[in-house]
Amino acid sequence: MNASLLNLEIWVIALGLVLMLADFWMPAERKRFLGYAAAAALAVLLVLNLGHCATGTAFDGMFVQDGLAVFFKRFFIVAAILVLFMAVEFSDRIISGISEYYSLIVFALAGMLFAASANNFAMLFVSIELITVTFYVLTSFQRGRLVSLEAGVKYLILGALSSAFMVYGIALVWGTTGQLNFNELALVAGQFAGNKIFLLGMVLVLVGLGFKIAAFPFQIWAPDVYQGAPTPTTAFLAIGSKAAGFVLLLRVLFTAIPGVSAHWANPLIIISGITILYGNLCAIPQRNLKRLLGYSSIAHAGYLLLGVAALSASGQAAVLYYLSGYLFTVLGAFTVICLVMRHLENEDISALAGLHQRSPLLATTLTLAMVSLAGIPPLAGFFGKFLLLKAVIAQAQVTTNHGYYCLAFTALAGVVMSLYYYGGVIRAIYWSQDAPADWSPILLSGPAKVTLVIYIAGMFWIGLFPNTMLNLATEAVQALKL
Amino acid sequence: MSILTYILGWPLLAAIVLVVVPRNYRVIIRAVALLTTFISMLLAVKMFCQFVAGQAGYQFEQQIPWVESLGISYHVGVDGLNVGLILMGAVVAFAAACCSFEIQSREKEFYILLLVMTGGILGAFASLDLFFFYFLHELALVPTFIMIGVWGRGERKNYATFQITLYLSVGALITLIGLIALYLQSGANTFDIPKLTEYVQAHPLAAHAQNFIFPLLLFGFGILVSLWPFHTWAPLGYASAPSPTAMLHAGVLKKFGLYGLIRIALPLMPQAAQHWMQILAWLCLGNILFVGWVAMRQRNLNLLIGNSSVAHMGFIFLGIASLNLIGVTGAVLIMIAHGFLAALAFGLSGYIYRQTGTLEMDELGGLARKLPFIGTVLLMAALAGCGLPGFANFVGEVTVFFGAWKAFPLVTGLAVWGALMIGALYMLRAMRNVLHGPLPEKWSGIPDVSNVWRKLPYALLLASLLVFGCFPRLLTEKITPDAGKIVEMATESAGGLVAGDASSRERESAPSKQSDSQRRLTSAATEPK
Repeated sequence: MNASLLNLEIWVIALGLVLMLADFWMPAERKRFLGYAAAAALAVLLVLNLGHCATGTAFDGMFVQDGLAVFFKRFFIVAAILVLFMAVEFSDRIISGISEYYSLIVFALAGMLFAASANNFAMLFVSIELITVTFYVLTSFQRGRLVSLEAGVKYLILGALSSAFMVYGIALVWGTTGQLNFNELALVAGQFAGNKIFLLGMVLVLVGLGFKIAAFPFQIWAPDVYQGAPTPTTAFLAIGSKAAGFVLLLRVLFTAIPGVSAHWANPLIIISGITILYGNLCAIPQRNLKRLLGYSSIAHAGYLLLGVAALSASGQAAVLYYLSGYLFTVLGAFTVICLVMRHLENEDISALAGLHQRSPLLATTLTLAMVSLAGIPPLAGFFGKFLLLKAVIAQAQVTTNHGYYCLAFTALAGVVMSLYYYGGVIRAIYWSQDAPADWSPILLSGPAKVTLVIYIAGMFWIGLFPNTMLNLATEAVQALKL
Repeated sequence: MSILTYILGWPLLAAIVLVVVPRNYRVIIRAVALLTTFISMLLAVKMFCQFVAGQAGYQFEQQIPWVESLGISYHVGVDGLNVGLILMGAVVAFAAACCSFEIQSREKEFYILLLVMTGGILGAFASLDLFFFYFLHELALVPTFIMIGVWGRGERKNYATFQITLYLSVGALITLIGLIALYLQSGANTFDIPKLTEYVQAHPLAAHAQNFIFPLLLFGFGILVSLWPFHTWAPLGYASAPSPTAMLHAGVLKKFGLYGLIRIALPLMPQAAQHWMQILAWLCLGNILFVGWVAMRQRNLNLLIGNSSVAHMGFIFLGIASLNLIGVTGAVLIMIAHGFLAALAFGLSGYIYRQTGTLEMDELGGLARKLPFIGTVLLMAALAGCGLPGFANFVGEVTVFFGAWKAFPLVTGLAVWGALMIGALYMLRAMRNVLHGPLPEKWSGIPDVSNVWRKLPYALLLASLLVFGCFPRLLTEKITPDAGKIVEMATESAGGLVAGDASSRERESAPSKQSDSQRRLTSAATEPK
C-alpha cells in the first residue's frame, strides 16, 4: 500500500472541503476572492509537484503514478487555476453560492486527477462519475437562467445514459475476462480478441469515453451544453473534461487492450474523420460564439483522435502536445467571452463588433486564439496539427493503409472549413458592418489582464519553442504499451 | 550570426517593438517600419554584392537546432537561386513600407502586420529547413488576410478576403501534407534541405512515392502561385488589397511556390518531375493565353494588373517545365524581374486610386498630363510587362523561350504569341485609356507625386528593373551554377524509370549535355556525387 502517491489528490480534496467551510465565515461581499485563494493554493501544489515525482502503483494497481499521469495532473491543475481566475471574473453573474462553485471546480479537478491515474475499470468509472456529477451541478449553476438549467438537464440525461453504457460495458468485460485491472487485462486480452461479448463490452466502454470527448456519434450534447452553461464551466468542460476523456481513452486502448486496439485502425479513422467533418460543418452557420466553440470543440476532438487513430507513440505524444496548446487557446477564448459578454443575454458574434477599440488586449487575445485554433503559425495550434498530421502520414507509410491518407485530407478539409468561421469571428472584431451597441471601453481587473497575457504567452511559447513540451509529451507516453 | 538572420530578423524584431509603442506615436511607428525595412534592404544589397558566384554549397549559413527529435533546425543560407530573390524581396518590402503612406487608419496594426509579413517572406526564401520554409511562409500569409480584410478596398472586400484565405490555405495545407510525406518517405529524419537532398541522392525515393508526393507539391505550390486553373483568387484578391499588401504578395510572397518547386520538388523527385512537367507545360499555357485573354477584357486597372501578373506566372512555369539549365535560369530571372514589376504596378495603381478613388478605366483618361511622373513610370512598367528589351523581364522571358523551345516547341510557339500579342494588346490599351485621351473634368485638380520621398519607392523599383535588364549578368552568373545543379539532379536518374517514354528520354539528353558543359565551366561547383 503506497498511499503517499495520493498526496496531491488528498490535498486537492482537502482544499475543496476548506473552500466549502470557508463559506460559513467569509462575509458575503468578499466570497468571490476565495477563488484567488483557491487558485493560489493550487499553484502551491503545482510548484511542490513540479520536482521529482515518485512513481509506482497503489491499491493493488488500481492507481498508477507514471509519466503520463504526472503530465496530465500538471495539465489539469494549470487548467483549474486558470478556470478559477475566470470564475472570479464571472462571479457577479452567479447569484449565490460562489464559494460552492469554486469548490465544485476543485472537486472536478480531483476527479480529473484520479482519472489521470486510473489503471482499473472501477477506478475509471469512479473518476469519470466524480467529474461528470460535479459538472451536472456546475452546468446548471445559474439557476435564474433557463438555458443554463436546460443545459444541465440535457447533460444529466445524456451523461447518465453514457455512464450506464459504460458500466454495462465494464460488467461485460469483467464477466468475460474476470479482470478489471488494465495491466492484468492486457495479459489476457489477446485470448478474447474474438470474443464478441468482450468486444461489445469494450465498445460500450469506448462509447462512454466518446461521450466525454464529444466524438461523433456521441457529440449531440456538446453545443447545447456549451451554450447554456456558465462560461467558466464551459471552459473547464472544453479542456479539463475532454483531456480526462483522452487520458482514459489512451490508457484503455494502449494499456488495457493494446493487442486488440491494434486492429481498430479503421473504426478509429472513420470516427475521427466524421467527427472532424461534423464539427466543422456544423460550426459554419453558428451565430452564438459559445455554440460555435462547442462545435469547434467537436472538431478538435476529431483532430485529437487523429493521434489516437495513428496507433503510434508519436501519435500519442502529438495528442498530449495538442492538448497543451489547446489549453491556453480555448481558455483564452472563453475568458474573452466571459469578459466581453458580461451583460449580454446571448453570446452573439455581433457583440464583438468594435472590440478592437473597446479593448485591444481582449481583441488580440481572441484573435490569436482563433488563429491558433485554426492551426496557423506561429501559434500553438499549428505545431500540434503538424505533429498529428505527421503521425498519421507516418502510419500511412508504415502500414500502407490508405485510410490514413484519406484521414489526413479530411483533416485538411476540416482546417479549411474552420478558417471560414474562425475568420468570421476575427472579422466581427476588426471590420464588422454591424455598429456596436456601445463603444465604452471594457475595464479589466488586474488579475484578468495577467491571465490574458498568460494565454498569449502560452500560445506563443508552445508554438515557437515546441522542444520542451514535445519532450515532456514524448516521455509521458512511454508509460503506454503501444 | 549570419547576415541573413539580420535581414529577416530586423523586421520581425521591429514588429515586436511596435506592439508596445502607443498607437498615437504615428511618426515613430512609421519611422521604425521604414528604417528597419531600409536596413534589411541595405543588408540584402551587401549580401548580394558579397555573394561569390559558383561557389560550392551555401553561403552565409547559420544553423540553430530547434526541435532535435524531429530534425528541425533554424537553418538559413543562400545560393544562386535565392540570393536574387532575397534582394528583390527586401527592395520590394522597403518600397511597400514607403507606399504605406496611403494607410490612414490603425497605422500601428498595419505596420506590425507589414513587418511580420516582410520578415516571414524573407525568412521563407532564406530558409534551408523544410519546416521553417513552410512555417515562415504561413507566417507571412496570415497578415495578408487581415490586411485585405481591414484596410482593403472595394465592395467585394469581404468576399475577396475569405476567398483568398480559403484558397491559399488549401494550397498551403496540400503543400504541408506533401512536405510531411516527403520528410517521412525519405527516411532521413531531417527537415534540413541540404542534408535531405544529399540523402535522397544516395537513396532515391521509390517511384510510387514520388508519383504520390510530387502532384501534392505541384498543385499545392501551384495554388499558391496561381497556376491555371487555380488562379481565380489572384485578380480579385489583389484588386481588393491595400497596395502595400498587393505589392508584397504579388511581388514576393507568390514566388514562394515557384521557389519551392525548384528547390524541393524538382531535385528530390526527379522521376515524377519528368512525368509531370509535360502536364505543367500545357497548364502554363492556360496562364499565358487564357488569363491573358481574360486580362484583355478587364475594365479595372487593378484587375488587369492582377490578371497580367497571373499570366506572367505562366512564363515561369514554362521555364521550370522545360527542365533544362536555360529554362530554369530564365524562370528564376523572371521571378526576380516580375517581383519588381508587380510591386511597381500595384504601387502606381495604388497612387492613382488614392488620388481618384477609382480604377475603372472608363472613368480615367488623360492622366499623363496631370501626373507626369506617375504616368511615365506606369508607362515604363507597362512596357516592361510587355517584355520590352532593356527591362529585366525581357531577359527572363527570352531565356525561358530559348530553354523551353528544346523541350516543348509547340507550347513555346503559342506562349510567345501570347507574350508578344496579348500582353502588348492589353497593356498598351490600358495605358491609352488611363494616361492618354481627354482628361475628364473631375480629375483636373489631382496632384502628382510631390516630393522625392514619395517618388523613392517607384524610382527604386524601376531602377532595379533597368539595372537587371541592362546587366543581366549580375543575376545569371549567380543563378546558372546552382540552377545547373538542380537541373542535373532533376534529370540524372530519370532514364531507368521512364524507359519506354521516348520523348522524355530525348528531352532529357539535351539538358544533361547542357549541364555537362556547365560542369566544365564551374568545376568548383560540382563534384560527382
